[in-house]
Amino acid sequence: MIPRYQTILFTVLLVASVVMGVALWQLRDRAHQRLLAGEDSAPTQAPEVAPSEQATLLVASDADSTLLAQTQSLPLPQDPGTRARAVLGKLLDLYAAPDAAHPVPGGANSVAQVFLLPAPSLDLPALSPGKPKAPAAPAADSQQTGPQLAIVNLTGAFVSSHPSGLETEMLTVLSICGTLHANLPRVTQVRFLVDGQPRATLAGHADLTRTYLATEAVPSEGAHP
Amino acid sequence: MLFAVAGQTASAQAPPAPAVRFVVVLDAAHGGDDPGGRIQDGRGQAEKTFTLALSVKLRSLLAARGIQVVTTRESDSTVDPSRRAEIANHANAAACLSLHASDSGSGVHLFASSLTPAQPARFVAWKTAQAGWVTRSLALAGVLNSAFLQAGMTVSLGRIALPAVDSMTCPAIAVEISPERGPDKKVTAGLDDLAYQTRVAQALAAALLEWRTEDNQP
Repeated sequence: MIPRYQTILFTVLLVASVVMGVALWQLRDRAHQRLLAGEDSAPTQAPEVAPSEQATLLVASDADSTLLAQTQSLPLPQDPGTRARAVLGKLLDLYAAPDAAHPVPGGANSVAQVFLLPAPSLDLPALSPGKPKAPAAPAADSQQTGPQLAIVNLTGAFVSSHPSGLETEMLTVLSICGTLHANLPRVTQVRFLVDGQPRATLAGHADLTRTYLATEAVPSEGAHP
Repeated sequence: MLFAVAGQTASAQAPPAPAVRFVVVLDAAHGGDDPGGRIQDGRGQAEKTFTLALSVKLRSLLAARGIQVVTTRESDSTVDPSRRAEIANHANAAACLSLHASDSGSGVHLFASSLTPAQPARFVAWKTAQAGWVTRSLALAGVLNSAFLQAGMTVSLGRIALPAVDSMTCPAIAVEISPERGPDKKVTAGLDDLAYQTRVAQALAAALLEWRTEDNQP
């Protein structure tokens, strides 16, 4: 004769085992679903390589304080913001090369993002060093064809390693502005951020709080910026 | 005829015109907490040290030529850009030079404000006060350019946005001194070369004397 308390204990243990088995089965199913979801997000196709196109870079030279137009063939995405970043990345790669005419460490990764917005009107005749006027709700068609403001977000590492000096800093700024305008003609104004924040100067001299006109960097006779 | 004679009499009896006040402001860039760039050439000194030394040397040369000089700093002290412009504007100067130094490039780089020239006005915005003086600043840059070329130095001209210069109400130029380099980019005269520093200071003094002559012409 089995004692009553043993029967009750056996029953409780049996029920507990069944409950735990069901719980484990469900946990296993959930883990399996998570694994399948992870596999779904994994790339199954090779990334598309953008076709190579001709890009015009305004390359600075410290020796004679000039900006010289150079044509380079490089893969350029269709999205304008990504395209601008790719072009500037190539420009900064040239500056990071060992025998660069305008040596600046950093390279392509020094441009975190380039944002393109409808260009606000500036206070002329003096270039406004402060905030530009807010855009007056541009029409939809002017957003497609009107002038654009490029906001170039540089990395803090690039700025902190940039050589200090009036000329070297201005050449960097003007070559970036000129290169953007040469490849994206709608870009007429350029502003700079560093790690997403406004910053007073590039490396102690060139003012990064103002809006630069892209046409300031267009080489003229004598090619002085 | 009668009027002409009367005019001659009046001019003969007029007191001699007072000497025209000619003040130069020397702004040694950086200082104190702001060392500026590090000059690798030579002893690796900070830019603030070089600019202060050049300011002191140039002040002596100008004082010896009878030119009144106002400096924005006389020691290793922090002076913010607005204070530099305030000092220059209170001096009512005939020329303002912001002195800088850098390892990059070659020779002397002259920069005028990149503000678009505007008509001088009674009341002007602080951050763009230089706009009314840009034309005169470009003329001063031309005089400085000629003086450096006559001294046999490499010189380049440019435009820049500098907060201190953009707020000055005087003909203002930022002068950046770099080492002299040969065609092979090798340094032929470094920033720590005393003879080179003296040549730069003498060329600046000669240019300011020339500017005073032009400034006094009607």
